[in-house]
Amino acid sequence: MLRELWNSFIASLEGLGAVVRFLFRILAHTPRALSRFDLISAQIYNAGALSLVIIMLSGLFVGMVLGLQGYQLLQRFGSEEALGTAAAIGLVKELGPVITALLFAGRAGTALASELGLMRATDQLSAMEMMAVDPVRRVVVPRFLGGVIAMPLLSAIFSVIGIYGAQLVGVQIMKVDGGSFWSQMRASVSLSDINEGIVKSCIFGVACSLIAVYEGFNADPTAEGVGRATTRTVVTSAVVILFLDYLITAGFL
Amino acid sequence: MNNDSPIVAIRNLNYAVGGRPIFSGLDLAIPRGKITAVMGPSGTGKTTLLRLITGQLKADSGSVEVAGEDISRARRDELYVLRRRMGMLFQNGALLTDLSVFENVAFPLREHTDLPERLVRELVLTKLQAVGLRGAAQLMPSELSGGMGRRVALARAIVMDPEILIYDEPFVGLDPISLGVILRLIRRLNDVLHVTSIVVSHDVKEISSVADQVFLLSGGKVVASGTPADLRANPAPEVKQFVGGLAEGPVPFHFPGPDYFTELLSEDPEL
Repeated sequence: MLRELWNSFIASLEGLGAVVRFLFRILAHTPRALSRFDLISAQIYNAGALSLVIIMLSGLFVGMVLGLQGYQLLQRFGSEEALGTAAAIGLVKELGPVITALLFAGRAGTALASELGLMRATDQLSAMEMMAVDPVRRVVVPRFLGGVIAMPLLSAIFSVIGIYGAQLVGVQIMKVDGGSFWSQMRASVSLSDINEGIVKSCIFGVACSLIAVYEGFNADPTAEGVGRATTRTVVTSAVVILFLDYLITAGFL
Repeated sequence: MNNDSPIVAIRNLNYAVGGRPIFSGLDLAIPRGKITAVMGPSGTGKTTLLRLITGQLKADSGSVEVAGEDISRARRDELYVLRRRMGMLFQNGALLTDLSVFENVAFPLREHTDLPERLVRELVLTKLQAVGLRGAAQLMPSELSGGMGRRVALARAIVMDPEILIYDEPFVGLDPISLGVILRLIRRLNDVLHVTSIVVSHDVKEISSVADQVFLLSGGKVVASGTPADLRANPAPEVKQFVGGLAEGPVPFHFPGPDYFTELLSEDPEL
């Protein structure tokens, strides 16, 4: 029993080591890959623009729920005007980065992992190796950077739409005073709150993209292997995002 | 280096996967400028041999010399320099599915050279013309048949003018017409481009019609070599079984397992 636990602990440390080494390999190729910005912008489109609809819709609904719940709660203390502050801080610091990252892992992360896994299974990565083209530089790095760049942008869009959703419910339906909704928000959301959100989404971007390209690139070249890589991408990303979220939040306090 | 020395020389090669030896003490020399076929039953490690020759796998011991350099000791950058002199056709073509036929063939040029677009276009169209698919330049790989995909992959493999062309099971799953086309292309490209061709295959009849020299692998060793005619005349039972396509012989029909009756009569479901 103890031995099994110890073995799985060692195995997970080894896995972490392999991921970190992969990250260094990606970083080593990044300067040269930056000279082919056309490849990166195509991946920003794939990871970012194609995730826009799901991010915007989710942002709207999360914001609306926040507006409703926040209103119900604040009303008990007779401070409905603080709704703007509550919604904005909740979205910018927590919900925006976290939910965006979770959705990103489900939408773009799985797409990345299965694409790379299938490229491995159909020998496309070996074919590149044989053409003396390093697949890490040509395929992995642009996808990684695309995800890293797309994540903070998506998170910002999520928060903005979320605040609009909260306003929609709070001000338009629940009749909170619009002037105090916006002015209290502007008065009490500080730059450090926004910075925290930006730092979080950047770190989540690196984590999600790294997990997706690592799992896809190292997938077993079988149908089962690609499926497993895709599943692992979502599961690992979700756990890592929530864990990192706690660490960063604790660090900022 | 003189022109008679073999372009690929394998000496005393040992390679094992998960403790199971694939090659033990393999020796093989592939002559320059010829079409050499490597044949053998499925599972004898033909594809593994190609991966060892191209440096995708590293030998456990022994040496694999390609164009005078030991590829099993080469660093990644040295390997890449060496690989620019090789073209490889994968079993399923391995075209990049997000690029058109034209861009697939142009891929090595764009990655390795800074040629002006006009020249890239000219080179790509010449190679596509050579495989008869200039008209398909704007199609995507998903719109091609298996045989066409392999011809595009062949055009891509020759676009950097390699010295060695490597074919991994080029005849698998082709209709007779595509098969004839690929056979003719292998012969023509070899003679016109003065390359060395290495063909891995288990299709005895097809490969015998183009190969200059044949190596027959079995059990991790070369069991016979020579011209296709030599092989047909070889009386050794391994060779006869393979060339004649016989079910029984040194390669058994049954995968090794416990005794049939013992297993049937046993109560233990684990046996």
